[in-house]
Amino acid sequence: MTTVRTRGTVAPSGRRVAALLHRAPRLRLAGLLAPALLWLVLLYLVPLGLLLATAFFDTDSFTGRITYEFTTENVVDVLTTPAYLLTVARTVGVAVGVTLLCVLLALPLAVYTALVSRRPGLLVALVLTPLWASYLVKVYAWRILLAPEGPLGGASPGYGWFAVIVTLTYLWLPYMVLPLHAGLTSMRGSYLEAAADLGARPWTAFRTVVLPVLAPAVAAGSVFTFSLSLGDYITVQLVGGTGQMLGNLVYQNFSTDLPFAAAVAVLPLIVMAAYLLTIRRTGALDRL
Amino acid sequence: MVLSPTARWLLRAAAVGVLTFIYVPLAVVLLNSFSASATFAWPPPGLTLRWWQVAASNEGVRTAVLTSVQVALLATVVAVVLGTLASMALVRYEFFGRDAVSLLVVLPIALPGIVTGIALNTLFTGFLGGLTFLTLVIGHATFCIVVVVNNASARLRRMSGTVEEASMDLGATPWTTWRLVTFPALRGALLAGALLAFALSFDEIVVTTFTAGPGLQTLPLWIFQNLFRPNQSPIVNVAAAVLVLVSVLPVYLANRLSGDTAGTTTK
Repeated sequence: MTTVRTRGTVAPSGRRVAALLHRAPRLRLAGLLAPALLWLVLLYLVPLGLLLATAFFDTDSFTGRITYEFTTENVVDVLTTPAYLLTVARTVGVAVGVTLLCVLLALPLAVYTALVSRRPGLLVALVLTPLWASYLVKVYAWRILLAPEGPLGGASPGYGWFAVIVTLTYLWLPYMVLPLHAGLTSMRGSYLEAAADLGARPWTAFRTVVLPVLAPAVAAGSVFTFSLSLGDYITVQLVGGTGQMLGNLVYQNFSTDLPFAAAVAVLPLIVMAAYLLTIRRTGALDRL
Repeated sequence: MVLSPTARWLLRAAAVGVLTFIYVPLAVVLLNSFSASATFAWPPPGLTLRWWQVAASNEGVRTAVLTSVQVALLATVVAVVLGTLASMALVRYEFFGRDAVSLLVVLPIALPGIVTGIALNTLFTGFLGGLTFLTLVIGHATFCIVVVVNNASARLRRMSGTVEEASMDLGATPWTTWRLVTFPALRGALLAGALLAFALSFDEIVVTTFTAGPGLQTLPLWIFQNLFRPNQSPIVNVAAAVLVLVSVLPVYLANRLSGDTAGTTTK
């Protein structure tokens, strides 16, 4: 292009494109949305679909290669073998335990940061900063803390399921604090004063005013605490003793029997899909 | 809030308790990296900088840090470009399927890393010729997009779209509008998002395990492989401390920059 460009003026062809974009907001939208959407569809949704499909393929027991013939063998295998079902049940149990413990710890903290504290911003930053500290290091920290010769000494519960639940709670707690804090902040001041002015005691105010805000916030936080616990395999390896979760099954089988690993990995996906559909009605998904 | 002094006191005690629960393990890791003992000992028999020096000259650790930095930088660039564009679409436009797109952006960090990891692994090894440095970057960028989108969206929602419209009405092209109006307002939020994306990528291990090309070792992978080797434990402790610092500093900076409750993974 030979036209000299100055601020605000453009070459004729550029102006035509600009005019077109100005007249066609849909085109602008498509241009903004397409890169990320293409990336996420091609490099995230398509692989997830492939994984789902792989669960219905088989492995040649001699060569170990995948044979591309439809079979429900792997999925049936996972869902009917008692040992695997036990692992599924244990994993869901851990995920439920972690979620409950997260609510138990996050609730008083969020009530304090959102409704009582004079410096809510600072406190929330204090809670969130460790969210970004390395996942692996945080698990490692609990491995040190719970070691028989570690800081807790004889008081340590040792490695095992309790350690797994505590460590996972530690990992995902900020995901629960954040939506709770955000939900409660929205009612800082006026709502509760109104409730008090109208004669509600603190407990009544909590039950009728605070709780309806909390429910969708807890649901939003639990998507993370529940889902991330379901797929974990490193925490169990480091602080779980001999215990196994779904993630360990996937990890152990993925290089030798990918279809089986895929069938196991699909389970957390199914559980999460069911969970997301259930809580969609609470409006929690708008808060993710 | 109308609360009795006792209730306030109880809430404050609970908050302090939870914050202690959050910070004690990290403090233990930091302290442990200065322990004078070559094996794990608690309390540390003495404090020394020796292991930091040993770690700094350790070939494996240095290579791993370098790899982590390269991957994180590239993943951040991709995430910032894609995330910025997507956030403008999500905040400034109403369109069919907007909620679905929002959910799709969050999904890579909301679903377990192992699912994302083996899904990408299946794609790369089965259809795209195997794992490389590039596949690792792609894997990381995929889950980093969300933090940029959230930071940029939060800022966009607070600034009115009318300034941009005025700019366009006065004849500015979309590019000029972006350069002179939108970008200057977004800059802080984008930098904050980029720092968080960097921190997220730098210490990720699960997706990394399944998407890193043969022979590639990021710092978390190095730690994981040496975790169960007793003679490496002092260096592992230092590497762990480095990971804590490298992820916490960007968040601190991001907080200063954005002025929002940065570090938000959720809106």
